[in-house]
Amino acid sequence: MKNLFLIAYLDLKESIRAKWFLVYSLVFGGLIALFFIAGVTESQVMGFSGLSRLLLMYIQVTIVILPIFILVTTVRSISGDRDSHILEYMLCFPISLKQYYWGKVIGRFITVYLPVLFAMVVAVAYGFFKGASIPWDIFFLYTGLLFALSSAFLGIAFFISSFVKSSEVALGIAFFIWIILLAFIDIALISLMMQQRMNEELIIFIAMINPMEIFRVAAISLFDPELTVMGPVAFYILDSMSQATFVFVSIVYPLALGLIFAFLGFKIFERKDLV
Amino acid sequence: MIKISDLTKKFGSNVSLDKVNIEFNKNESIALMGANGAGKTTLIRSILGYYHPDSGEVLINGLNPVKDRVKVLQNVSFVPQLPPPIKLSLDELMQYIGIGASVDKELIMYYANEMKLDIKANLNKSFFKLSGGMKQKMLIAISLAKNSDIIIYDEPTANLDPKARDDFYRLLKQNENEKVLLFVTHRLEEVKDLVNRQVYMDLGGITSDERL
Ligand SMILES: Nc1ncnc2c1ncn2[C@@H]1O[C@H](COP(=O)(O)OP(=O)(O)OP(=O)(O)O)[C@@H](O)[C@H]1O
Ligand SMILES: [Mg+2]
Repeated sequence: MKNLFLIAYLDLKESIRAKWFLVYSLVFGGLIALFFIAGVTESQVMGFSGLSRLLLMYIQVTIVILPIFILVTTVRSISGDRDSHILEYMLCFPISLKQYYWGKVIGRFITVYLPVLFAMVVAVAYGFFKGASIPWDIFFLYTGLLFALSSAFLGIAFFISSFVKSSEVALGIAFFIWIILLAFIDIALISLMMQQRMNEELIIFIAMINPMEIFRVAAISLFDPELTVMGPVAFYILDSMSQATFVFVSIVYPLALGLIFAFLGFKIFERKDLV
Repeated sequence: MIKISDLTKKFGSNVSLDKVNIEFNKNESIALMGANGAGKTTLIRSILGYYHPDSGEVLINGLNPVKDRVKVLQNVSFVPQLPPPIKLSLDELMQYIGIGASVDKELIMYYANEMKLDIKANLNKSFFKLSGGMKQKMLIAISLAKNSDIIIYDEPTANLDPKARDDFYRLLKQNENEKVLLFVTHRLEEVKDLVNRQVYMDLGGITSDERL
């Protein structure tokens, strides 16, 4: 256990010093600052709670940025260390592969999740300061959704990292997955599929296995249970199960997805040559 | 201590180790030599359990270094051919090794000092920002502080100045008793006083093996 935490701790320390972490934190910090203003001013026009609109926009941007950031920064963690012969040295000590791999996973998870959580807390603090009423239920569900989304992509990234030969290829695969998943959250694309008279179940299925789409529908359903901004797929989904069930699924499923991919990655890491 | 039987390792169609059979025993200091690409590094990595052999096996005190890596590596010190660009600071690196391999920090400092590397002045510096020779000194200090029965060096002196080389050989001389010291080198003259066995490799096989 102590090795596991040691590796997580050192990885976290190393990441926090790295430039990408600075950029990542600034992007999230900056975005939320922008959305404060937008959210609060718009709320006077629309009559919504300012903070909720702020969170909604934040979440929309998160769908696009969070996955790619996690993929890009994490996909190279194992493959990059392999490339640069860091693994060759770090693994010559009596540390089990299990501890090394999962230590890295935990370290990375904390690294990518902390700024997200921090931005959420800042948003709430700002809203509090401005005297807006804070929607705590929504806040906690969002935080849970973010947690689940982060773990899904972290798991996928570690999975890719475990089998690619070089970190360039890893990066390529990461972008490809991101683009594909992003393409399938586009309402336009899904509507097009519906116009083509594709099987409804198939469309729903495609939407439901995509952690980005799940996150999106769940997040928006929190804000706007009428789903006026949502599009057809959300209607279908929420027609077949209650909102509470769906939000539960949308936290558990990405989490499980992340764990499964991370676990598969570990199995590959263990079975392949280390250097 | 180290028993290698019929070990074959291929990368694609390239056979890097071709049915290698060799044993290394206690109190042996071996110079492992051979042309570039002969398979020396591949052999060493197989001993460290980094490669899954295509056939044959490596046993270290009867244990398989892939399956029992933790037990095996407790007894092994290793310095690689090229110091890797580790981003941890020297302090963090010593923490990693201190906790992960129970190596005493003071002892690392002691050997670093013997190698004329001032760790204290560079404690918070990233390892990869040290000069090439300083990196090697650090890795050598760690390898000596980790009091192992098997010490493996893959050409560790490439970047060392002549003075540091002398220090290194002097420290090794003090530490070779009751151990296996496996030394990849291209300069036999340098290690002549140190070694009592010379092994030559070529094209993935052992071509000569003489005890002095
Ligand atoms: N990871 C790898 N993938 C593909 N081929 C490899 C790999 N590692 C080694 N080889 C090949 O195996 C052969 C032996 O390489 P090795 O590194 O063991 O040589 P070496 O004796 O250490 O040489 P040098 O003196 O240059 O260090 C070479 O032909 C090399 O190209
Ligand atoms: Mg070599």
